[in-house]
Amino acid sequence: MTVSDVAPIITSRFANPDAHTLSGYRATGGYQALAKALSMSPEAVANEVKEASLLGRGGAGFPAGVKWGFCPPGVWPRYLVVNGDESEPGTYKDRMLMERDPHQLIEGVLLACYAVGCGQAFLYVRGEMALAQERIAAALNEAYAAGLVGRNIMGSDFSVDVILHWGAGAYIVGEETALIESLEGERGMPRLKPPFFPAAKGLYMQPTIVNNVETLSNVPWIVNNGAAAYNELGAEASRGTRMFAVSGHVKNPGVFEVEFGTTTFRDIIFDPRYAGGILGDRAVKAFIPGGASAPWFFEEHLDLPLEKGTVDRAGSMLGSGAIVVMDETTDVVRACLSLVRFFAHESCGKCTPCREGTTWLERILTRIISGQGRPTDLDLLLDVSDNISPGIAWPPKQTTICPLGPSAVSPISSALTRFRGEFEALIDDAVAARTAVTPVEITVGSHG
Amino acid sequence: MADETSTQVTGELTITLNGTQVDARKGELLIAAAERHGVYIPHFCYHPRMRPVGMCRMCIVEVDTGRGPTLQPSCMLECAEGMVVDTESDVTSKAQDGILEFLLINHPLDCPVCDKGGECPLQDQTMAYGPGESRFVESKRHHEKPIPISDLVLLDRERCILCDRCTRFAKEVAGDPLIHFINRGNHTEVNTFPDEPFASYFSGNTVQICPVGALTATPYRFKARPWDLEQVESTCQTCSVGCRVAVQSSRNEVLRYVGVDSDPVNWGWLCDKGRFAFESVNGDERLGEPLVRTGGELRPARWSEAIASAAEVLQSTLTAHGPEAIGVIGGARLTNEAAYAWAKLAKGVLGTDNVDAQLGDGLPAEVVLGLPSATIDEVCAPGGTVIVLGPDTKEELPVLFLRLRHAVLNDGVRLIEIAPTATGLSAIATASLIHHPGETAEVARALVGQPGLGTDAGGVNSAALEVARAAIAAGGPVRVVLGRASVAESVSWTVEAASILSSIPDTSFLMALRRGNVRGAIDLGLSPGLLPGRVTLDGGRANLSGLWPTVPATPGMDTTAMLTAAAEGHLRTLVLVGADPLADFPDRDLARRALAGVETIIATDTYLTGSSSLAGVVLPAAGFAEVSGTTTNLEGRVSVLSQRVTPPGTARSDWAIASDLARALGVDLGFASVEDILTEISSAAPSHAGLADALASSSDTDGVVVPLSGPTPADALLSFTVPTSDALLPRHSYSLRLVVGRKLYDEGTAVHHSPAMTNLPVGGALRLNRYDFDRLGVAEGDLVRVIAPALTIEAPVVVDPAVPRGSAGAWFNQDGLCAADLIDITAPLTVLQVESLNGQGAGS
Repeated sequence: MTVSDVAPIITSRFANPDAHTLSGYRATGGYQALAKALSMSPEAVANEVKEASLLGRGGAGFPAGVKWGFCPPGVWPRYLVVNGDESEPGTYKDRMLMERDPHQLIEGVLLACYAVGCGQAFLYVRGEMALAQERIAAALNEAYAAGLVGRNIMGSDFSVDVILHWGAGAYIVGEETALIESLEGERGMPRLKPPFFPAAKGLYMQPTIVNNVETLSNVPWIVNNGAAAYNELGAEASRGTRMFAVSGHVKNPGVFEVEFGTTTFRDIIFDPRYAGGILGDRAVKAFIPGGASAPWFFEEHLDLPLEKGTVDRAGSMLGSGAIVVMDETTDVVRACLSLVRFFAHESCGKCTPCREGTTWLERILTRIISGQGRPTDLDLLLDVSDNISPGIAWPPKQTTICPLGPSAVSPISSALTRFRGEFEALIDDAVAARTAVTPVEITVGSHG
Repeated sequence: MADETSTQVTGELTITLNGTQVDARKGELLIAAAERHGVYIPHFCYHPRMRPVGMCRMCIVEVDTGRGPTLQPSCMLECAEGMVVDTESDVTSKAQDGILEFLLINHPLDCPVCDKGGECPLQDQTMAYGPGESRFVESKRHHEKPIPISDLVLLDRERCILCDRCTRFAKEVAGDPLIHFINRGNHTEVNTFPDEPFASYFSGNTVQICPVGALTATPYRFKARPWDLEQVESTCQTCSVGCRVAVQSSRNEVLRYVGVDSDPVNWGWLCDKGRFAFESVNGDERLGEPLVRTGGELRPARWSEAIASAAEVLQSTLTAHGPEAIGVIGGARLTNEAAYAWAKLAKGVLGTDNVDAQLGDGLPAEVVLGLPSATIDEVCAPGGTVIVLGPDTKEELPVLFLRLRHAVLNDGVRLIEIAPTATGLSAIATASLIHHPGETAEVARALVGQPGLGTDAGGVNSAALEVARAAIAAGGPVRVVLGRASVAESVSWTVEAASILSSIPDTSFLMALRRGNVRGAIDLGLSPGLLPGRVTLDGGRANLSGLWPTVPATPGMDTTAMLTAAAEGHLRTLVLVGADPLADFPDRDLARRALAGVETIIATDTYLTGSSSLAGVVLPAAGFAEVSGTTTNLEGRVSVLSQRVTPPGTARSDWAIASDLARALGVDLGFASVEDILTEISSAAPSHAGLADALASSSDTDGVVVPLSGPTPADALLSFTVPTSDALLPRHSYSLRLVVGRKLYDEGTAVHHSPAMTNLPVGGALRLNRYDFDRLGVAEGDLVRVIAPALTIEAPVVVDPAVPRGSAGAWFNQDGLCAADLIDITAPLTVLQVESLNGQGAGS
């Protein structure tokens, strides 16, 4: 195993009990990046981040610095929206960042606003994250009181207001356009892209940059240490460090910051410093490399590095950085149902294929598991999947508005491709049980 | 945001549609371009009059914009140069079949008992594109069905396919966001908010645009199957907007009106009153035989007897007292042809000029014809300013309200309203100038005055005036929607205000008049001093020589003057042509005295009303959907009315009644058919020259705006004098100035005789600002003493934030407190005092 021993970038203060306070943050170098940035031009700050190859940590992995450049010039106001609606099953890195080091995020927000030219930032925190909300709100109050947020930050003519918004419990609001709808007070339903992408027309139809919490938490370090130092870590386009949440059948589930691009799945799943191996030292049956939406990986993928391009080419994605491990005892049909049920439950209902299709998939799987399967069900599962995500390919095509519908297809196609026999066994048993029953003779009579 | 519903498209480009190169317009949606070129793309959520949402996904097609073919919703995609579209590829078909299957898995397939069956887009598209059998073996989604969401509309959530059409309509088009998606995912449903019914004036449109049978309207439920319906296209005459409708009937009974998309007028929308008033066509109490008063009682009579009786009355009045002793009120319910026939009978045969189609609640005809006119499209054209100086369009001209709302919200039109109370448009107005009743002209004067005057006018503060002046100064034409905001005040201030506004450069007017064909009646001579063709007696006399036996020498009386003369015994015979002054004239006491003061009343009507039941002869008239001809809307647009059913009993069309009466008086009006009359109108009425040919050769059914030669040049407009207004009494701290407007649902014939709507009128109450409640020491719902000039009555009071301090609102023609009882038409402005019945209150 080759685990690099790089110093953590964004979790560096996690061990400090007072890291979430302003004094604790300042004592460990906090807000120095902001002071430094204010002596630079916004373009210089933006350029530093662009140079740093900071891939978005929300799921799509788009370079943040490039995204910042997408705002149409001369259109004001423009907004920064921070996506803290972390809801992908197995993902719990942003929550940690907001709970343990909220000022680091706020500083990142301020730096992004400075670089992009936003006067207002909207921080959308998932509704269920009570402690994160409390810590973020307290930190923001402190920052306002200290003149770090609000008018004339640090005595400069740079002013930013940060508006907090708590979510109301919808997974889909993690999708950026649904999040914008929710911020505007509408139902959390995604907008169709095209015609409008948030960078051109987002919140209130103004240019809007939507960044993930972890992404922005990297920015202070980059401004402090420079893009070159950041790019010394990692490989290919995947630079710096990244947080991965490992869960499932592992000995030590948790969220770990590792060097991006060089660390392998085997490292993070088996290394004692990280997940520590499979429970009971059993074999890996499958693992999800990047959140519930991602196609599954198997034993043969363990030595792939956690590098965006490599994982993409292998047919899945690093997504939100959630690795879910299933050991050899896993019932894949039930695992598949568990994931599909999640997407059916979280479908917003806006477009037909997702609203109807995900629930249909869930009900077919439920039927198979409950002994009511039919021999035609596996083809039906695939064809319904095909009608949601034509071709069942990766990256997915979609008849839906947003990727939620195709996300429900990933576990089905993964499990059915690899473990079709397990599905067939259930169906064969069901068919056998049904034919074994002697039909009851029904006599049709007339009611007296 | 780009306005997807705007019809403004510019530029030309070329796309490849199923292998053929076709033209498309910049900004045009792919689905619309394809349809224009004969390629139908199936869809449910897309509606050309609403913003696309791309939700149902039925319209996804393979589109290649240079990066390989991908599935794209054609309702959201604007055409781009070189785009290659395949609506029939295997990928497209598979996707569309899949969507249809998804829509069907939870659809109940209760088509045999569903009203939509036979005209259902889901059914049709399933036939065309869908799978033959279902692969869905699970149980379907279940909901209680159907549930009422308003007095008029029922919702079956099982049938609903969640296309967002109704909810989008309610929010975007009507501005009544009372229905909404609730819950999520597969549990999503459309519903109202708890205890908040879908009480929209436009709810029937959601039924019409629902692509399945989820929304049904109570008046049509289970009445017919679509394939049994016969239909003709016609024009609604419920108000003067003139929406195009399809009149549908089965077995000689009108069963439904459906909005027709007329681009210059209603865009397919109807108001609920217009849509559901068809019930009054079929009412049990319709007059089906003539009535003649014998022995003090109205008794059924033969037509010949009734016509002879009416002619005898008219002849004896003529002989004894001359034509000036005869008055004719009404005609705004008629077709243009009937209006012309009655004008010819009254003015050309009887020789009286005491003829008025309006009931003291409109504008002088010279003003209507004396100001440059604007069409609805001109009023709503992007970039201009609209001044609404008149009634609450949402209550009185609902579909005009929809057009104005769209213009303001989507086309950047600036709207200024000058009104004594807040209206349905206030919330979206650039400036809402809510003024003291009777001070309309002050506001108009301040509006055209120099910016920065810094003084209030008529109760409107200077800041609001400044905003309004800036809106006008921003450029573009100024269009005025002109009408009577309140009938509790003299029309003179409205005329004065209109005259002042007409001094703004590039200003024209849309007349917001009451009643269906009021404009046609005015145009064709049913107004004192006017002859057919928008001309004065002197101006038109020459046109009519040879056609009309006579023409009155001098202008006669309007309705108010006629009723006053009648009350004083100077008018002997009153002919009511579909008019009910007791219900519709602003001063009920005067109407009552007038009807008692004449010797004989001759009435033609569809129902026996308060007024016609006092008549000596009642002639049953054929009504809407029972006659053909033309009608004129508030723009001066003449469109074709069609007959679909036969009138009840022996009821006859109004033109035939006029013709028979004339014959009994020894004159042949010279018409044997509606076409004969239209031909005569085209030659006798200068403004209508060429009308018959233009209608016959028109390529669409939108009708034509007369005069065909274009807007009447300024020097050909009628002249009118601005009446000198009586001085207002100073505002008294204990007095309240009365404001009387109409609600959409009132006690008029259309609502009263339509069972679905009889519960909808709000009822009468005095409406006050909360501030005045405290001042007067009264509470919501209290009975108070209302002291009007002519009487003192007790009435309930309610809070209405739309009514400003110092004013009192009362609705016209409602049960309970009826505003017409309070109004004294001889006073320039009706002023009330309100006292608490428990002794505290004004003056105490």
